[in-house]
Order: sequence, then C-alpha cells, then structure tokens
Amino acid sequence: MATIAPVDARLDAREDYLLRLGDDALVLGQRLSELCGHGPILEIDISLANLALDLVGQATLLLGEAGAKEDQGGDRLAFHRDVLDFKNCLLVEQPNGDFAQTIARHLLYTTWQHMLLQRLQQSSDRFLVEFAHKAVKEVAYHRALAAEWTIRLGDGTGESARRMAEGLDWTWRFVPELFEVDESLHSAIERGIAPDPRSFEDEYRSVIAEVLAQAELAIPSDQRPILGGRRGHHTEHLGHLLAVMQFLPRTHGEVSW
Amino acid sequence: MSSEGVSSGGVSSDWPLWEVFVRARGGLSHRHVGSVHAPDGELALRHARDTYTRRMEGVSLWVVPSAAIVASDPDEAGALFEPAESKIYRHPTFYDIPDEVKHI
Repeated sequence: MATIAPVDARLDAREDYLLRLGDDALVLGQRLSELCGHGPILEIDISLANLALDLVGQATLLLGEAGAKEDQGGDRLAFHRDVLDFKNCLLVEQPNGDFAQTIARHLLYTTWQHMLLQRLQQSSDRFLVEFAHKAVKEVAYHRALAAEWTIRLGDGTGESARRMAEGLDWTWRFVPELFEVDESLHSAIERGIAPDPRSFEDEYRSVIAEVLAQAELAIPSDQRPILGGRRGHHTEHLGHLLAVMQFLPRTHGEVSW
Repeated sequence: MSSEGVSSGGVSSDWPLWEVFVRARGGLSHRHVGSVHAPDGELALRHARDTYTRRMEGVSLWVVPSAAIVASDPDEAGALFEPAESKIYRHPTFYDIPDEVKHI
C-alpha cells in the first residue's frame, strides 16, 4: 500500500529487523507485566514478572540499537511511536486471557524466539551476535517454563486441559506469521543479518508437537493465518496496550524517574 | 484486562510446600532460604529460581518437600539442647584459626 510506504522507505533492512525483534520483546514484556499482582498464585506472579523483565531488558537493547543511528533513544521508539509504526508479530500482542492462554502464547513465541536466537549468534551483525548470545539463555528458560506449564495444564484436570486447548486454539492462527519472509526480511537474510525462519519451521513444528504430545493435547487444526504485524497492520489489541504503556510519557512530556 | 481464572482466589493451599536451599558459591554448603508452593519438584525448582535467585544469590538449588522434614519438638528443646550449655570445652575456642580460613 502506497500510503504506508514513507515509513518503511526510511528504514533499511537492519533497522527494520531490530524494530521487529525489539517490538516483539517490548509488547510481550508489557503484556506479561499486566499480570503483575494478578498472577494465580504468588509464585507464578513472580515468575511471570521475571519473564516480563527479561523481555523489557531485551527490548531496551534492541530499540536502543534501532534508534542509535538517528540518535533516538530506545525510550523514544517505545513511547512515542504510533501503533502503525510497531513491527511486532501479532502473536505477542494477543490478550493474556486466562493463565492457559498466557502460557500458550509464551510457548508458541519463545520456542520460535529461542530457535531464532540460536541462529542469530552466527549473524554477520556484531550487535545482534552479542545480543543473541545474552538473550538466548534467558529465552531457553522461558521456553522450558512454558513447555512445563503446557504439559501440566494439558495433562492436568479436565478444566485445565480444556483451557489449555482453548488457549492454543486462540493463538495458533498467529504462528504462520513467524515464518513469513517479506521483502524487508529477505533483504536482511541476504545480508547475513537475519536467519531465514523457514529453515527451522519444520523443527519448530516438531518441537511444539512433542510438547503437545506430552501434554496429551491435540495439535490445533490450521486456521486461516493472520499476517501483517511486521508491516504495522495490527489487531485491535495493540492500540489498547500502547495506550496504557505510552500514556504517561506522552501526557507529561519528558518525565523521568 | 480479561482475567478470567487468572486473578481468582489462589490455589496455593492445594499445592504442597517445598523448602528451598541455595548454594551461594561453589565450595559453600546449601543454606535454607525459605519456601515455595508448587505442584511438583520440577516446578518447585522453577519457583525457587524465580523467587530466591533473581539477584545472583546462587549457583545451585535444592528443593525438599516440607512434609519430608522431621523437626525436633520445641517442647523437648530443654532436654535436647540445654545440656550442651555447660560444656564450653566442646567449642573450638582453645586454638587459633588462621585468618585465611573463611566460613568456619
């Protein structure tokens, strides 16, 4: 669409890639932090807040790097961009729902993120190599924790299994976007900056299938994939998330701690 | 935020309690730091990690079902511990410990 071209045209493939990964981390971190103080039990509350903090830390690094060239701080990108300029995948902006849906979203995203970060350590880009090296350990924990909860809820009571299946069903349609390669990503892959996600799609699907088998859950049936987040076409949920997240710095200008 | 099932009453009481032990550094013994609720040992380890080692407090964790701990009876404290009070010769205070020896 010509109307959105100006924003994208300014971005080279590297910056765009940094924004995609940075916005994924920021939005998922913000989503999880919504549960702070609302977790089903104290231990899970702390656990989810830890995951959120890891992600916000990753976003700080990625958005800081994305804004470095134009001398925009990471905060500027996080708090003063409009929804159409966000490049996160649609999966991470989906609402928390119940605990099972939160876990389903985390399993599907961090399993992908972990495979990506493993490969990103061989990137031609020094910043991304160092970033991946640090983040891959955090995300390995996220992935394992989400898998453990998926298995316990799936193989738990009738109600927990039903909720887990519903959570997976809700989030499943956003998986194909994780493996979509558009022009911008293609260019980043060509330059050796980004790994090609299609190279690990089979592995991803078999790892998820393995977790679901252990959880005694069926693999959700494929639905019409929903795409567009990487180009700024978001579901209605992101605007609400950003409103809460951006309200303070936007209303009160240059407030600081 | 839709929080169906997320913010409801809490299930801690359904889950067993686990005592958490952290080894701060190689060479030190595990020390009791507190407890967590969890449905099983694996998740008790995760909860312990997230609750007690967020600030690099440890390099190793143990969790033990609280129910597995056999505790002395406070009412027996007199019989159990007081006889040691008058036996100061059991304390290693009659020889010097080199300054380099830590954690003794």
